[in-house]
Amino acid sequence: MIPAAFEYVAPTSVQEAIALLQQHGDEAKVLAGGHSLLPIMKFRLAQPKLVVDIGRIPGLDGIARSGDTITIGALATHDAVERSGLLREHCPLLPETASVIGDMQVRNRGTIGGSLAHADPAADYPGAVLALDAEIVARGPGGTRTIPARDFFVEMLTTALQPAELITEVRVPVIGKGTGTAYVKHAHPASGYAVVGVAVVLEAGGGTCRRCAIGINGVAGKAYRATAVERALAGRALDEKTVAAAAAHAADGVDVQGDLYASSDFRAHLASVYTKRAVLLAASRAG
Amino acid sequence: MKHKISLTVNGTTYTHEVEPRLLLVHYIRDVLGLTGTHIGCDTTSCGACTIHMNGKAVKSCTVLAVQADGAQLLTVEGLARDGQLHPIQEGFWEEHGLQCGFCTPGMMLAALELLQRIPDPTEEQIRAGIEGNLCRCTGYQHIVNAIQYAARKMRGEEPRKAAV
Ligand SMILES: Cc1cc2nc3c(=O)[nH]c(=O)nc-3n(C[C@H](O)[C@H](O)[C@H](O)COP(=O)(O)OP(=O)(O)OC[C@H]3O[C@@H](n4cnc5c(N)ncnc54)[C@H](O)[C@@H]3O)c2cc1C
Ligand code: FES
Ligand code: FES
Repeated sequence: MIPAAFEYVAPTSVQEAIALLQQHGDEAKVLAGGHSLLPIMKFRLAQPKLVVDIGRIPGLDGIARSGDTITIGALATHDAVERSGLLREHCPLLPETASVIGDMQVRNRGTIGGSLAHADPAADYPGAVLALDAEIVARGPGGTRTIPARDFFVEMLTTALQPAELITEVRVPVIGKGTGTAYVKHAHPASGYAVVGVAVVLEAGGGTCRRCAIGINGVAGKAYRATAVERALAGRALDEKTVAAAAAHAADGVDVQGDLYASSDFRAHLASVYTKRAVLLAASRAG
Repeated sequence: MKHKISLTVNGTTYTHEVEPRLLLVHYIRDVLGLTGTHIGCDTTSCGACTIHMNGKAVKSCTVLAVQADGAQLLTVEGLARDGQLHPIQEGFWEEHGLQCGFCTPGMMLAALELLQRIPDPTEEQIRAGIEGNLCRCTGYQHIVNAIQYAARKMRGEEPRKAAV
């Protein structure tokens, strides 16, 4: 399979990339790791006239801490996130999530910015960035703005990004003592994408849940926060029975997707089961 | 418009004018004539097209040749040195790590990165490392044995064969 013909340009700065996107509008497409875009171009589901390869822009792949925030450059690969010592120590939810994306070769090419911008409902990062209350930093013709993860995912394959905007970085909080995190995924046996993936950030004290944030991907048309479960857990004991009762609300109020592999009833059931597992695992890590 | 690319494959530098839509795997096979890199699925699933790009295993059916401008590539043809099989190739030979051989070049390049990361992998780590490579013949056990053989050899140990 060969993509339709296109012009290719590899700018060396974010400003240059934005100018090209502005100039070419709908006809241009950003290329990062290419592990979502190239497959759809090979199927000719996308036929951009111009491909703007941001992969050669220097300085967009760093992972650094400043104060209580860790900043991850848009071009950081899934592999770099998985193996970052800084993230493993201070925000282990992201490495845990990255480690179950695709396979080694996919993780070597795919980037966090590309995954978030693509907004595949079955991708793994969206739940984690929601649970972390991450901020997505976007730069466009009008300057730089910060988009809270909660406002970022609009619908299936659609985000709050404007046409000529690029994600430049993702900001996540340093996870302190007393807070445990976990990402638990039921992978599709063929594609490896999430049928259900549940990310949890849970602050515990004296065996009870002080505060928790739960992001779920794979279940609905876009990743969402399981607020009904969060509310049901707040201030409650973290025993299996209480957690299971709360997790039963994992798909409350969402339009659960169904497909050949998992009907919507089965998927809703999986959402509860995986939410329970993820909450108990995060609780066991909140030391 | 064609783009000029210059890259190094198995130690030799090549310069060509290519169309932006040319996939790296087609560049390697059709332009360079290095047909050891296979195309199995063409949809990023099977790993038969796996090569190393700047030291990392990638599926070359999902990389544009223009993205590899300036890169160092390693394909299966570059594994052997001075007529000596690479320990991974020797492992596949000794342990019958292949039947039809279609998946083998990609499997070996994935195994190479795995062993560079984890010189003494467990069976589970080997199976996770080759998760992106499908084999329709062997049932994987002999591939795992081949990689274990190579791991021992690359660590400088006696490359004892697996009990069959
Ligand atoms: C075989 C296979 C298995 C996979 N399995 C999984 C899985 O299990 N879980 C999972 O989550 N994902 C999976 N993926 C998808 C993978 O994670 C992709 O790498 C990711 O979705 C896209 O990142 P990319 O850097 O490759 O982006 P690209 O493909 O380059 O781009 C994707 C989209 O985002 C846009 N874009 C890219 N970067 C930016 C930016 N900085 N700013 C604005 N827009 C941008 C592009 O224009 C394009 O529309 C899989 C992919 C493959 C091929
Ligand atoms: S041909 Fe590239 S992954 Fe199958
Ligand atoms: S040996 Fe035939 S596909 Fe692996």
